Amino acid sequence: MMMIRRWRRSGDFLRSACKSLTSLRQKHNSMSPSVSGFVNRYESKGKTFESNAWNDHNRELDHHSCVGGNLWMMQQYKSFGSSSSSASKLQRNPLFSSLEPRDVSFFNEILGGEKYVVQDEERLETANTDWMHKYKGSSKLMLLPKTTEEVSQILKYCDSRSLAVVPQGGNTGLVGGSVPVFDEVIINVGLMNKVLSFDEVSGVLVCEAGCILENLATFLDPKGFVMPLDLGAKGSCHIGGNVSTNAGGLRLIRYGSLHGTVLGLEAVTANGNVLDMLGTLRKDNTGYDLKHLFIGSEGSLGIVTKVSILTQPKMSSVNLAFIACKDFLSCQKLLVEAKRNLGEILSAFEFLDNNSMDLVLNHLDGVRNPVSSSENFYILIETTGSGETYDREKLEAFLLKSLEQGLVSDGVIAQDINQASSFWRIREGITEALQKAGAFYKYDLSLPVEEIYNIVNDLRGRLGDLANVMGYGHLGDGLIEPYVYEWTSKHRGSISAEHGLGVMKANEIFYSKSPETVALMVSIKKLLDPKGILNPYKVLPHSFFSP
Amino acid sequence: MKILVAVKRVVDYAVKIRVKPDKTGVDTQNVKMSMNPFCEIALEEALRIKEAGFAKEVVAVSIGPSQCVDTLRTGLAMGADRGIHVEASYSFLPLTIAKILKSLADVENPGLIFLGKQAIDDDCNQTGQMVAALLGWPQATFASKVVVLDKDKQSATVDREVDEGLETLSVDLPAVITTDLRLNQPRYATLPNIMKAKSKPIKKMTLEDLKVDIKSDIEIVEVTEPPKRKSGVIVSSVDELIYKLKNEAHVV
Repeated sequence: MMMIRRWRRSGDFLRSACKSLTSLRQKHNSMSPSVSGFVNRYESKGKTFESNAWNDHNRELDHHSCVGGNLWMMQQYKSFGSSSSSASKLQRNPLFSSLEPRDVSFFNEILGGEKYVVQDEERLETANTDWMHKYKGSSKLMLLPKTTEEVSQILKYCDSRSLAVVPQGGNTGLVGGSVPVFDEVIINVGLMNKVLSFDEVSGVLVCEAGCILENLATFLDPKGFVMPLDLGAKGSCHIGGNVSTNAGGLRLIRYGSLHGTVLGLEAVTANGNVLDMLGTLRKDNTGYDLKHLFIGSEGSLGIVTKVSILTQPKMSSVNLAFIACKDFLSCQKLLVEAKRNLGEILSAFEFLDNNSMDLVLNHLDGVRNPVSSSENFYILIETTGSGETYDREKLEAFLLKSLEQGLVSDGVIAQDINQASSFWRIREGITEALQKAGAFYKYDLSLPVEEIYNIVNDLRGRLGDLANVMGYGHLGDGLIEPYVYEWTSKHRGSISAEHGLGVMKANEIFYSKSPETVALMVSIKKLLDPKGILNPYKVLPHSFFSP
Repeated sequence: MKILVAVKRVVDYAVKIRVKPDKTGVDTQNVKMSMNPFCEIALEEALRIKEAGFAKEVVAVSIGPSQCVDTLRTGLAMGADRGIHVEASYSFLPLTIAKILKSLADVENPGLIFLGKQAIDDDCNQTGQMVAALLGWPQATFASKVVVLDKDKQSATVDREVDEGLETLSVDLPAVITTDLRLNQPRYATLPNIMKAKSKPIKKMTLEDLKVDIKSDIEIVEVTEPPKRKSGVIVSSVDELIYKLKNEAHVV
């Protein structure tokens, strides 16, 4: 069949491009590991796609890659054949126990009934599947603890019984880190959603891990504060999950990463120990700052149950401009100029390329290109400050100067919040549009700013018609498979700028970290979680933990 | 022909408003203000008519404190040719605004006056109609579809969105038209236009210049939030529902 043939062809291409990778993989999987995650998906939906004669476009191998300052690369697979999935390549650790009725009884007792001990198939179906519908586990049980004490009891029990668990928050992750790989018990902290305290002078917010990010923002708004992070998934993601994955997002350029804004947290380790590191002080140099271990550990070292975070005063004057640039060099120069001229009021600098724009325009409703002409690159510049007129003038002056200098070919400034929302919709809607468009590979890479778009052009050259390669991302943070990872590694970038390693990139860490570093990580993991029950098969390479 | 467009500076549509503690009005401190969305649509329509060749000049006018100039700048950035700012220290009610616009119309002699059908802060939906009455001009309100101008006959055809459906009117010019939501999608302010707007003039006028009597017969006594919606109750059986409908809600 034409589809499979092309698929095999691309498989060959990928294989030849990344020889080192094939040595890490089993031979029968002719696609790269990062690709195999998709095979898993399509296997289950195989029939739909193979019999679907949508359009010729779909039968080709589409690769969408998104590149960012950190970079997101999407490779879209519209055709595929059946092949072994990464999950079946992965073996369930036989040292883990299987769920037994006595376990369910125990949980019923300590959590208080069926309401908190979920075995309902429909609900489990959702909890077992990640947001991108790429990964699906087969857990038979989801627990909904209401307090830290309950989390502690659950973990203590699971550790003694050698039951593997998956901590789960909003389940909006993009690397399969929040869903079971096999039958791990899901521990969802969604019911732990209370705000515990808020200091209106210092702006320190203390809340439970299950609070939804958008709800926290709504809570802070009337008090005149904002959360230091903002991402497209804000309506569903939990702050606990954000902390556990060290989420970046659109405001990183202004407020910095969670390693800086999280002042403290409370976490429960695998044996049920509650670690109270819930400080609210900006300055506290007493011993090793252990909270940093948990920030970004993706639930593999402990379950975060409470977070203390520094929020920022809300500044009323927000301006947003949507700019068109001819080439990537102009985008980079514009970034430098923006940092220099807009300085302290610059709060976001995002970019997307033409392919991304086309994708969004084609797949989302009610969206139009703010700039009348079609250009190669589009940039979103946002300023946040306290002086409405002053900020406005500063932004206008900067943009007009850039226009005169030829850095910018066209652009618009949003006149009201509605227009601003529609600009953001374009940038934030790319992932959604990709989902609607079909199968894709998404690479979230960070590279030195000057290298960023080179990888997209490089891939375009190599993949030609096979792929639709597109790039977008947080250019301002300096925030795109086997070939991609190698390229990234060679150019001293990170293979996962923001989304974490999850299950998708668990074996790829060596592209960005040295063997000695990884060895130490493994030691720490084994120290904190000797049986490896917390979120197994993820983050660190499987080979270190298989019996 | 000249088109006069009245634009109002209001609290941005997307902002969650709060009533001031003294109940004299809505809190507008540190709150994002923008051009009234209906006024944007009105201005967009005027610009399209000019681009179609039926008008020579589009003049934007705003009445209020000095920050109104920002709103006028937006209008100029969209494409209006010049702006008029009528200084006023506080916000006026529709009749006063209508009198001011009438005076302006006597000075400027436009062929068309465009307004948004209502402002989103007071929802009055009165100014356009009052202006027409004061001037003795025909009016076509809630315009929802293409406004076609007939150059020779000096008239316009307007589709109005009314409760029963669509009504098509033909009005002789000069006339007053107020715009509704579905009329058009306003353009964005592009950088080149923002640049051009910097050199477009905004004339300042005072109430004395226009000889308008601003005394109002209406005084705002109090502004309060609507009562908070009470939470619902889940009933356990049909009988209980009927009981409640009968004895508590008194609807059965």
